[in-house]
Amino acid sequence: MIKRFFSHHPLMFWGGVIITLLVLCALTAQWIAPYDPIRQNLTQNLLPPSIHHWMGTDQYGRDVLSRLIYGSRVSLSVGLVAVSIYILIGTTVGSVAGYYGGWVDGALMRLVDILLCIPTFFLILMVIAFVGPSIINIMVIIGVTSWTDVARLVRGEVLALKEREFIQAARVIGMKDSRIILRHLLPNALGPVLVVATLGIGGAILVESSLSFLGLGVQPPTPSWGNMLEEGKDHLTDAWWLITFPGMAIFLTVLGYNLLGEGLRDLLDPRLRGSGRQ
Amino acid sequence: MPELLCVRNLKVSLRDPPTGREGWVLRGVDLRMEAGERVALVGESGCGKSVTALSILRLLPRPPMEISSGQIEFKGRDLGNLTREQWLEIRGREIGMVFQEPISSLNPVMPIGEQIAETLRNHSGLSTGEIRARTLSLLAQVGLPDPPRLLSQYPHQLSGGMCQRAMIAMAVACGPSFLIADEPTTALDVTVQTQILDLLFRMTEEQRLAVLLITHNLMIVRGHADRVVILYLGLVVEEGVPGEIFRHPQHPYTEGLLAALPEVSHKGRPLYNIPGVVPSPFEDLKGCAFADRCPRVERKCRESAPPLLETRKGHQARCFYPSGK
Repeated sequence: MIKRFFSHHPLMFWGGVIITLLVLCALTAQWIAPYDPIRQNLTQNLLPPSIHHWMGTDQYGRDVLSRLIYGSRVSLSVGLVAVSIYILIGTTVGSVAGYYGGWVDGALMRLVDILLCIPTFFLILMVIAFVGPSIINIMVIIGVTSWTDVARLVRGEVLALKEREFIQAARVIGMKDSRIILRHLLPNALGPVLVVATLGIGGAILVESSLSFLGLGVQPPTPSWGNMLEEGKDHLTDAWWLITFPGMAIFLTVLGYNLLGEGLRDLLDPRLRGSGRQ
Repeated sequence: MPELLCVRNLKVSLRDPPTGREGWVLRGVDLRMEAGERVALVGESGCGKSVTALSILRLLPRPPMEISSGQIEFKGRDLGNLTREQWLEIRGREIGMVFQEPISSLNPVMPIGEQIAETLRNHSGLSTGEIRARTLSLLAQVGLPDPPRLLSQYPHQLSGGMCQRAMIAMAVACGPSFLIADEPTTALDVTVQTQILDLLFRMTEEQRLAVLLITHNLMIVRGHADRVVILYLGLVVEEGVPGEIFRHPQHPYTEGLLAALPEVSHKGRPLYNIPGVVPSPFEDLKGCAFADRCPRVERKCRESAPPLLETRKGHQARCFYPSGK
């Protein structure tokens, strides 16, 4: 069945391949990276791609490929942790608002409306300016500022689900509200949340890259795709490899997550599922 | 037999938010049940059958509905002023409920066995092993084949009848003394209906369980109830043992219901139906609720509301002119 599904959704298959490769890269970075990503070698700076340095070297003589491989750790962990945080907050807020309704719902949704009025990226920039840039801070800040969409989505799902008969049945059994939410409502709302999470990882990676590019993200010498771009921008005209490879890496990763997310959406949407399997 | 449930003059109001109008879903329902008794609550759609059941469990959709007056006693205990925690103890443990749509009443993403186990876990201090054993024996009791395999099966893999059996297993899992069955067979195949009813009543006999069977189908009442209560527009219009009701219906509404049964209608003639429509809950009633549809209506019926009176032995009707008089 899985094979058949992938043959009908080749894009999701390729998304899966990209993400799997990326995860493997991040996990095995210390073994597969040909050079130390932060050791400088000023005699070998700005070398174009060659047999020794597949992706060339940067202005301090560091191997671009090695930095790219280590950078995948930052991108991947920022994506995963930030999204986990905001899925957690968003799901909690959304399910409480949807399940209890009334003034609880009103208050929480107005809070969401207020947060939605503020451009998230500028909010993140501002907070980073106060707390200082570090990987942990970036993860947490992306997490606590981006949960609004998830909250709205989960609230909508819960609003629809709580009218279903099996929720009424759970109440008749004498089940506590918290248990109804955790055991009966959320598992049924998981599909769309999973899709949003997958798509969100790509978004979080972009935000991290943007922050690092602006110098407010991962700090040198730790390599991240964003700060590689930032360092490479001064050599746009004479060392194309400094910008091209990290740019490609970001592009491919975000693409991979988006393809995977789109595929999951098709897989979990019963209306589309039928047509996908024929 | 000791009294199990006593509902006195239960009134439930309904508010229509856009207009702010207030209507009545229940206009004063009285219902008494004894331990182990099977009572059928009969009436057409919108007469307040399900609302009565949900009021007993205090699970009315609020808003728009609200219990505005009346008293509900269960085992001599007033259910009107219980705390949230006390309610969690009563629901499922003391009172169980079976719903109309068996498939949608089960969580689609949870295996059947797990759902029954949830109920047990919720109310008893049993260990995991004991819960498993009890779940298996419950599944076998309700006549489901191959219980071990069912433990890990999902509702969509089962038929409607099997799901309803699983629902019954869930409802009786914690050994309640009162079961509400809200149209348990309406969504099922005719051939399965009898099986489910038989199962329901076999279980009730074994466990001395009182059942409030809510239905709009008079035929299934015949062999399966000790007493029939007929509801019309939020009022009990007739009450008695099934034999009495079928042979000597007193209220014109009951007569109409009986005449509309396909089994009773004469071959070759069109099916009888009661003329007119059920008045809306927002209508202000001065006289008898059935006056506009009644073939025996007199001026008195439109001026004052008839009380529920004993017209024959063990048989009450809410009519000024019961048949036979």
